[in-house]
Amino acid sequence: MKRREFLNCIGGAGLLALAPNLAAAVGSTPYQRLLILVELKGGNDGLNTVVPYADPNYHALRPRIGIKREDVLPISGQLGFHPSLQALLPLWQAKELAVVQGVGYPDPNLSHFRSIEIWDTASKSDEYLQQGWLARSFARTPPPAAFAADAVVVGSQDMGPLVGGRRVVALSNPEQFSRLARLAEGGGAMGGGPLAHIQRVEADIRQAAAKLATSGPAFAFTTEFPQGGFGATVRTACQVLGAGVEIAVLRLTLSGFDTHQNQPGAHGNLLGQLAEGLAALRSALIELKLWERTLVMTYAEFGRRPRENQSNGTDHGTANVHFALGGAVRGGVYGESPNLARLDASGNMSFNVDYRRLYATVLERWWRLDSREALGSGFAPLDFLA
Amino acid sequence: MQSVLRIILVMLASSALPVSAAPASATSMGPDDAQHLLGRAGFGARPADLAGFARLSREAAIEQLLTEVRAEPATPAPVELSDYLPPSRLRALSDAERKETQVRSAQALRAWWLAAMLGAATPAEQLRERMTLFWHNHFVSSLQKVKSAKLMLDQNRLLRHHALGHFGELLHAVGKDPAMVVYLDSATNRKGNPNENFAREVMELFTLGEGHYAEQDVKEAARAFTGWSIEPDTGEFRWRPFAHDNGSKTVLGVSGNLDGDAVLDILLAQPQTAEFLVRKLWREFVSLTPDEGETRRIARRFRDSGYDMRVALREIFGSRGFWAAENRLALVKSPVDWVLGTLNSLEVEAPEPQHLAVALRQLGQDLFAPPNVKGWPGGETWINSSTLLQRKQLAERLLRREGRMGLREVVFDPAYQLK
Repeated sequence: MKRREFLNCIGGAGLLALAPNLAAAVGSTPYQRLLILVELKGGNDGLNTVVPYADPNYHALRPRIGIKREDVLPISGQLGFHPSLQALLPLWQAKELAVVQGVGYPDPNLSHFRSIEIWDTASKSDEYLQQGWLARSFARTPPPAAFAADAVVVGSQDMGPLVGGRRVVALSNPEQFSRLARLAEGGGAMGGGPLAHIQRVEADIRQAAAKLATSGPAFAFTTEFPQGGFGATVRTACQVLGAGVEIAVLRLTLSGFDTHQNQPGAHGNLLGQLAEGLAALRSALIELKLWERTLVMTYAEFGRRPRENQSNGTDHGTANVHFALGGAVRGGVYGESPNLARLDASGNMSFNVDYRRLYATVLERWWRLDSREALGSGFAPLDFLA
Repeated sequence: MQSVLRIILVMLASSALPVSAAPASATSMGPDDAQHLLGRAGFGARPADLAGFARLSREAAIEQLLTEVRAEPATPAPVELSDYLPPSRLRALSDAERKETQVRSAQALRAWWLAAMLGAATPAEQLRERMTLFWHNHFVSSLQKVKSAKLMLDQNRLLRHHALGHFGELLHAVGKDPAMVVYLDSATNRKGNPNENFAREVMELFTLGEGHYAEQDVKEAARAFTGWSIEPDTGEFRWRPFAHDNGSKTVLGVSGNLDGDAVLDILLAQPQTAEFLVRKLWREFVSLTPDEGETRRIARRFRDSGYDMRVALREIFGSRGFWAAENRLALVKSPVDWVLGTLNSLEVEAPEPQHLAVALRQLGQDLFAPPNVKGWPGGETWINSSTLLQRKQLAERLLRREGRMGLREVVFDPAYQLK
């Protein structure tokens, strides 16, 4: 070994010693732990999800659609779940559910379209990025080639945080995808430039389909999946995992949260679907012995305005509450309740946890990756992972 | 190249022209060149056009493409889009009514443009549609924010009217186009309370490109654009002198009591603007890596001509790079290219335009709703596992419907995604 190489090795080891998180990653591949993102499309009303029931301002802002003190499912002296989240209480009690409050970003945009793009690409409010934050991470540190795909999207055609990624498969059920994959026949000599890209995508489709088709018999779950669209989405996700298919990310979508009018019934129904779906997901993942190495996290384009509108609904807001759950999650409340006595000029709450800190937690603490390239610097991970 | 040849063979099957891969001669460019030119300048050639163009020289073919055609398509605009529905009337509707109105008018709008693209009778008319689409992806506005199909229709008419005209005139007109005024927030840009959205994008995306202006230029230009607004009840452009900032501003070194038109003229006077445009045209028509020497040469001629689009396009189609072997099949077909090209070149009977609009959305190109102000990123991003499978599914459906599964091999070749 030459002297310079030797010194480089020492230098490298020194750096690793300074960064224990990164050191832990050496020798083991990241993405062995699964991330399941759940998009609450339309902008979930965080204030009626985790209710600050002890705050008189809350009841003053929401005389008609507010959740009554006696109806909430208290999780602390200040906060309580919406009554439709009953199915999440066992997770809370098992300390496997983290509630992150006050999540948002500076200069919030109130357009669904633009704000979800900001969340998906982890951009600043006035910055336009083409690639999703997960696609960026995969481009820098690819998941193992032997995985069936980098990610599977269920319940939506849009790629969200995976936009611009390569090995991403959208499916409504595994059988249908395998049936369609015969259309990616491939063959022919490998070309260069854009032809090579198309040939690679065809090969990716074939690989994903082959693994979906051959990864053992369907798992016989004892878990009962709820009726309805989100229940079916959760069932499909579990079928994929139950077949032994290896992937880094699953993205599920539950739509309908844009509750401008007559919110209470519709919102209660959605939260019920969410809670029962997540409870079923947990039970199925425990059956598959995957719960300890799965992190489930919700996200949405924005929260909703604290003051109810004239139509018994809520308009587009800013700071929001999100859930993180899994066998490795340290349950509890993170972030601070936004101050309802001090709203901004548009009547919205200020955030205290930048949404990119959720992503930094995934990258740094879950996958042991450096988050700076995908997110930029300055986003400290949260402490909700054991 | 075998696959390319196969496509050409199929398409020439119905024409009387002898099939030949011979290089272009002075008098006739032959089918390979005609296929290349019409695939790039239009949306895939119909066999009859291909045969006709193959007999022309390259120069004559380019001139034929650039002949004047009427701006309005043969398809009349849908009557339900003749009325502007002001926000006050929209708000008065129930949730369901409002949604239905918006969905229906958006469908009619998309179907109209697709019918216009399908109805383009000659390669020159196809070029008009392609340039309209190019400008839609340059001067981006979206139904998602504008929320009025009528205003988006008017903007489309403006874009097609200037599609092959003078860029400067188009730029001035777009700045006062009501859909743009809404989309980039000019309507809320007032003296003392400026909104920089339009000022920033006009520099970054419409004229100079990033790195050729300073933040201070954006701030000052925003003040100059104050007063450009719309009349909420009619949806027409409205100049509001009392909202305009009459103070002195300095943009790119030019000072004075500038208004919006003066700022646009300052931007048009910058050599960067012509180069930025030519680079974008190069990526649209030639390859993803613009030739810098060629860009500067063409940009100079473009600017000297007073931004005549026909001058720029004549130079681009006539450039060595356009015809170079390494730039053939070097661009990924957009969903519009793919769908219209399949219908045209294989002479497949077109489904209803509203069905085509849905297919385009699934393939990632929802007309009148580009993803953001930067437009569709295009290139390789058009193709991922989901969109590629959808292209193939759609191809199978189209061919099966006509009992022409023999063409499956052609459309399933990976090179079929390229032009």
